Amino acid sequence: MSRAILEYNKIEKSFYGVRVLRGVSFVLEEGHILGLVGENGAGKSTLMNILGGVIPFDAGRMVLGGEEYKPRGPADACAHGVAFIHQELNLFTNLSVAENIFITDFPRRRKWWTAGLPLISRREMKSRARPLLESLDLGVEPETLVENMRVGERQLVEIAKALSIEAKIIILDEPTTSLTTRETERLFDLLERLRAQGVSMIYISHNLGDVLRICDDIVVLRDGEVVGAGLKSEFTEERMIALMVGRTLDQLFPRREGEISREAVLDVVGLSQPGVIEEISFRLRKGEVLGVAGLMGAGRTELARALFGLDPTERGEVLIDGKPVPPAPHGRIRSGMAFLTEDRREEGLMMEAGISDNVALASLPSFLHEGVRSIAGFLKQKEITTAISRVTERVQVRGAADLRQAVNTLSGGNQQKVVLSRWLLDNPSVFILDEPTRGIDVGAKSEIYRIINELAARGAGVLLISSEIEELIGLCDRILVMAGGRITDCVERADFDRERILRSALGGMSKWESA
Amino acid sequence: MMEDSKKQRRSGFASVFEAKAIRNPFTSEYSIFCLTILYFIALTPFTPGLASAENAANIFSNMLPLLIVALGQTVVLITGGIDLSVTSTIALSSVIGAMMMTGEQGLLGGSRWAAPAAVIAMLLAGAVIGLFNGAAITLFRMPAFIVTLTTMMFASGLAIWLTESKSIYNLPASFNSIGKGSLFIVPNALIVAVLVALALHVALTQTLFGRWLYATGHNAKAAEVSGVRVERTVRLAYVISGLCAATASILYTGRMETGSPVLGQRILLDVIGASVIGGTSLFGGKGKVIWTISGVLFITLTDNSLNMLGLSYFFIMMVKGAVILLAALLDAWRNRLFVRS
Repeated sequence: MSRAILEYNKIEKSFYGVRVLRGVSFVLEEGHILGLVGENGAGKSTLMNILGGVIPFDAGRMVLGGEEYKPRGPADACAHGVAFIHQELNLFTNLSVAENIFITDFPRRRKWWTAGLPLISRREMKSRARPLLESLDLGVEPETLVENMRVGERQLVEIAKALSIEAKIIILDEPTTSLTTRETERLFDLLERLRAQGVSMIYISHNLGDVLRICDDIVVLRDGEVVGAGLKSEFTEERMIALMVGRTLDQLFPRREGEISREAVLDVVGLSQPGVIEEISFRLRKGEVLGVAGLMGAGRTELARALFGLDPTERGEVLIDGKPVPPAPHGRIRSGMAFLTEDRREEGLMMEAGISDNVALASLPSFLHEGVRSIAGFLKQKEITTAISRVTERVQVRGAADLRQAVNTLSGGNQQKVVLSRWLLDNPSVFILDEPTRGIDVGAKSEIYRIINELAARGAGVLLISSEIEELIGLCDRILVMAGGRITDCVERADFDRERILRSALGGMSKWESA
Repeated sequence: MMEDSKKQRRSGFASVFEAKAIRNPFTSEYSIFCLTILYFIALTPFTPGLASAENAANIFSNMLPLLIVALGQTVVLITGGIDLSVTSTIALSSVIGAMMMTGEQGLLGGSRWAAPAAVIAMLLAGAVIGLFNGAAITLFRMPAFIVTLTTMMFASGLAIWLTESKSIYNLPASFNSIGKGSLFIVPNALIVAVLVALALHVALTQTLFGRWLYATGHNAKAAEVSGVRVERTVRLAYVISGLCAATASILYTGRMETGSPVLGQRILLDVIGASVIGGTSLFGGKGKVIWTISGVLFITLTDNSLNMLGLSYFFIMMVKGAVILLAALLDAWRNRLFVRS
């Protein structure tokens, strides 16, 4: 009879006042594989980060192997036998396989003349790595550099690392997304062997078919709560989807006035970049909010970047008002395109610069004095200042005493409003918004929804990329669903249905993988 | 509502002002200028002749070409880059100009067009070196440090090879007067320096280039996403730096009445040091013409006063090194403050 190795008991966690985990309780049995499923943002990663010691929890308790467990950090979690294999693998690609396996605990040289010196014994490292690699059927030498290995093999190196610390629990976060069908089969064989040896695993995946195949128990999370838990035999794919989405709409989304025109403002025809996006075609009309749904890695951000000219495309056309647009971002801005990036810190803001400098950035060329309209041209400084204060008032940027204040002193929501303001100055006709509400609180979210509605009401076309299905259903007139770099579905407002959207996002993925 | 926001704004200004005053005086904008004055006042009693008109003129004439190079360097530093090739640009440009106009053997020796043609050629040499630096950095995404370091070696080698390591004398008087002469009582060099400083100040504060330059230095990725022509801006910054170095070369060459392949080889540390002491950040995004003027003034005054105190060249080097290190430390410390808040 198996016994519990890990128990979550009423775990609570909030980020900036937003409750992400609401009293999560479930049990992982020794020698079982537990499948953890839920939509993006349901709390899976938070739960695993807590187990892996990456972040602390607020309340509740965890019991590991019969003892209270409260990791002080990833190293402590490691010492307790918890290994976390992240979706983006945590390997040093410039180092060898053996070095990666022993990175936290290199074997020392132990001869009398080296005693006490911090010298690594490469011989021992190799001799200890070899049996590990053999047990995984990984036919590479310990000296092989990770950068010379395929993704599937790298995954196995991560598992070897877990085995080297004699992990009792291995967390696998979306382990199969970048694997081929054969590599997936090999991984599953290995997981079954490890299970037979008594290793317990938590398996997170959006691929419900895989979950049903490999797992013994299943836990479904929604909005930070466990909404279904039990043996695999109690679940079907349909039931899991119903549990993952079953929720009612909040009153967060004001309905907007204004008609959608029949005129197209943006036409995309057969846009392709092999391996990234394939044959993307759609039409965005004036006054329309067009949503883009999909799971992580479905190619949504890649599509946005390609549309804005940040990443290259091999084939296809992008037209605004029927005219082809120039290739680079500055040209697309001139044609009336605006792009709000998902990575506010890295690509959106100059964090140490003032609010006004940040807001002015994109529309500076339109404030040039007549005469020299080039890089050497002079700017109408006063007009810039007036325009900035008008627009920041309109979107209600708060928390700043003065528009020269650095944006890194603002909250996430207000930072996002600064980025939005930047694009409002020039009245663009096409807005590409990539996760505009990521990482901001509910109040700021609803204000951003208000701005999006206002933009559409004024006749702009908005392409809204979001991982929150609620948001898309609440705001959009149509939703495109992407999977594996393709558009797999297009749903009209009248047919909005969470299950259909999720199924298209998931279904497309398994189709893509088998292809 | 209106009243409310006004009140809020006023109290906001007040709090910002208070915070600035309370904060360490070293972080204030004009701290270096104040420090320079303090230093001058403190040293005057112990250093006979420091405050004399003659010495003031000496300080200025030493400072002007250095200032012009440092201003160009500031433009590059704002992008987050660095230009190590300025000293070699000075040397190469000096040699090229001198070879064109020297006495009888020069390309245009004796012609009355010799001086203007040489000036144009010298500026062109600076612009070409700058364009090369900028192009290599933007097109091949190479680090500025290594690109300009190799340009420095190449240009320096070329200058020495062209002249077989000999100085070139016998330059036209009209040329020498740019660096040496004066208009009534105002030295020509001062006029040139003021024009350069004014032009750059206007470029940094009033033009699209200026805004794009700071944006590139703050966050090049975000700038690109906002439609800033990052590569064009960076290239232009290096061209400006090259042009400034060439302008300084005209003044130096004229002042010494000599084209020298090793002209200005010792000033690199002063150039970068002056910018950083002034407050220009090595991390990019920050820098002003007025700051660099303060920095140059400070470093020239240090040099001059220690000299007058009879200290050796090597001791002065040590002091200057320490001061620049301190300034860089301050820069790193200010940046950390920002990150923390």
